[in-house]
Amino acid sequence: MKKLTYIFILGFLILSVQYSWANTITVCGSCETKSIKAAIAIAEEGDTILVKPGVYKESGIKVDKGLTIIGEGLPTIDGQDKGEIVTIGADNVTLDGFKIINVGSSYTTDYASVRVVTSKNFVIQNLVLEKLFFGIYVQRSQHGKILNNKVTGEAVSEFNSGNAIHLWHSKNIEITGNDVRHVRDGIYLEFSDFIIIRSNISKYNVRYGLHFMFSNDDLYEYNTFEGNGAGVAVMFSKRIDMHHNQFRKNWGTASYGLLLKEISDAKITNNVFFENTVGITSEVCNRIEYKNNDFISNGWAMNMKGGSYATKVINNNFIHNSFDISYLGRMNDNKFDGNYWSTYTGYDLDKNGIGDVPYRPVKLFSYIVNKAPESIILLRSLFIDIIDFSEKVSPVFTPDDLIDENPKIKRIEHDRN
Amino acid sequence: MLKILKYSFYDLMRSRWSYVYFLFYLLLGVVLLFLNNDLSKAVITLMNVIIILVPLIGTIFGIMYHYDSREFTELLLAQPIKRSSIFLGQYFGVATSLSMSLIIGLGLPFVFYGLFNSNAIWDFSLLLITGAFLTFIFTALAFMIGLLNENKIKGFGYAILLWLFMAVIYDGIFLMSILYFSDYPLDNFSLIAILTNPIDLSRVLILLKLDISALLGYTGAVFQRFFGTNFGLILSFKMLVLWVLIPTVLIWRISKKKDF
Repeated sequence: MKKLTYIFILGFLILSVQYSWANTITVCGSCETKSIKAAIAIAEEGDTILVKPGVYKESGIKVDKGLTIIGEGLPTIDGQDKGEIVTIGADNVTLDGFKIINVGSSYTTDYASVRVVTSKNFVIQNLVLEKLFFGIYVQRSQHGKILNNKVTGEAVSEFNSGNAIHLWHSKNIEITGNDVRHVRDGIYLEFSDFIIIRSNISKYNVRYGLHFMFSNDDLYEYNTFEGNGAGVAVMFSKRIDMHHNQFRKNWGTASYGLLLKEISDAKITNNVFFENTVGITSEVCNRIEYKNNDFISNGWAMNMKGGSYATKVINNNFIHNSFDISYLGRMNDNKFDGNYWSTYTGYDLDKNGIGDVPYRPVKLFSYIVNKAPESIILLRSLFIDIIDFSEKVSPVFTPDDLIDENPKIKRIEHDRN
Repeated sequence: MLKILKYSFYDLMRSRWSYVYFLFYLLLGVVLLFLNNDLSKAVITLMNVIIILVPLIGTIFGIMYHYDSREFTELLLAQPIKRSSIFLGQYFGVATSLSMSLIIGLGLPFVFYGLFNSNAIWDFSLLLITGAFLTFIFTALAFMIGLLNENKIKGFGYAILLWLFMAVIYDGIFLMSILYFSDYPLDNFSLIAILTNPIDLSRVLILLKLDISALLGYTGAVFQRFFGTNFGLILSFKMLVLWVLIPTVLIWRISKKKDF
């Protein structure tokens, strides 16, 4: 009892200390403090800075104390192309509700609208970033949250544009509900582990919607990637969990829904790949599990480039793709089982929902197209159907052990929530 | 010419084969739409029908009609009518009635299915238009073969061979040459090869709607321009028109010179 009282008193003391010390500083055109910089200069650890609506022409704002900076009615911070606008260099900083424009681009420095340097417990939310080079650049930071920001760039080519949300050497960061468009990479992760990326929308980006490099143990779910150079690129990473995402309309000569390169132990489940030139392309990927995905109306549903071991493709729907699987190299212990293939022509005499004839997803024509890409123009020609059929009867060119032994007769209904 | 066209047309409209043809398409349309609730699959099947069956039927029907109406043609030739108008009239009569069977036969089920309320209407009209074009092209080619060959068996043989060549063998040769010359840039070659075969041309036209995501996967500026813009669509249509015009002109010229 005595102990409890002590704790209570201590807690009360801490609370009262906070209350007595935490001030709110208001910034507006006619206030005492007219600029955010000035407000930060007079603020102390734990204070709140409230910014009223208006345009603040400032750049190089350095937040070096644990402050809560809140914009009321979306005030604009105009960097006037002078370089970095907000730099967060302290723990426990919250930045909420600003429109930040005109960063200015450079070919030597990665200017960012908001940069977070070696900080913990930061929250960056409800920002609108326009006319940017890099959007939110997080380096060597941990336990932060990036929520509900809207980043719209004007990127045209890869070499003179930046990424909307860029993480470098960071850990345990949550990226949720952001909308990133027209930049180079929507979200970029390098050497960043334990990141959660949820419910973001990434559209029309020049390069990738989401890009992993050397990042492990990350999760992304319920995101939408549409019309990007490639939807998501996962490279040199381990244990990435990808589920319930939508990859749509990534069209072009080098466009993929999902690009996997040298990754291992990933789980790809319950995603939808719709109308991409290539749904998934993978190269040297080991122990990947593809489960419960829908591949609908893609040029190629999956393009597996070999060097892959112990891949499992189970319970997916392959519907109206021009090619279901294109496969180079040997089978290497990869398993296809229990998928639904819309081009399957077998029968089911015992009515158990599983076709009695095994299905071979690799057609001879996809092999030919790999050899001579121009022949794509013969797609769906009668001659091609005939040679595909003869190849199906007696496989010569296509890997004869690439078989789905238990193809489903009906489309599998997947849980999409 | 219009009178003969009208006569041929009504003659065919009354004939059993037109009805069979019409009913076949009607049935096909109904089965595809109402017994199979997957519209994309239906469109793919329809495409196969249109690029394979329509030319075949056009060819056979054209050559059959030409040989069947030979006596009537001779009777007409004795009259003071221009030769070109006799043959062209017959040709247009056959081709129009065939296209009508196709368009109405396939169109009716789709209209009842609710085509006008869906956005598939353009894709579907494209299918029908290419079908009509193919009918005109292959009927004209069949008439030409008929005019050049007095011998029925020979004529039939050539006509079937022509269809087989265009539908299957041509693609085989095309593929072989692509594989054989794969070290060379083949963009232009393949596009020209496609344009010189009406069946391939129609197939590509439909592919532009159906498999555009796969077609765009190929890296090559020429293909990109062809598939990525309306350029491909317009050029293909122009070529189809040309494919109708050339055999028609040839019928006209052959019929002028031919000795009966």
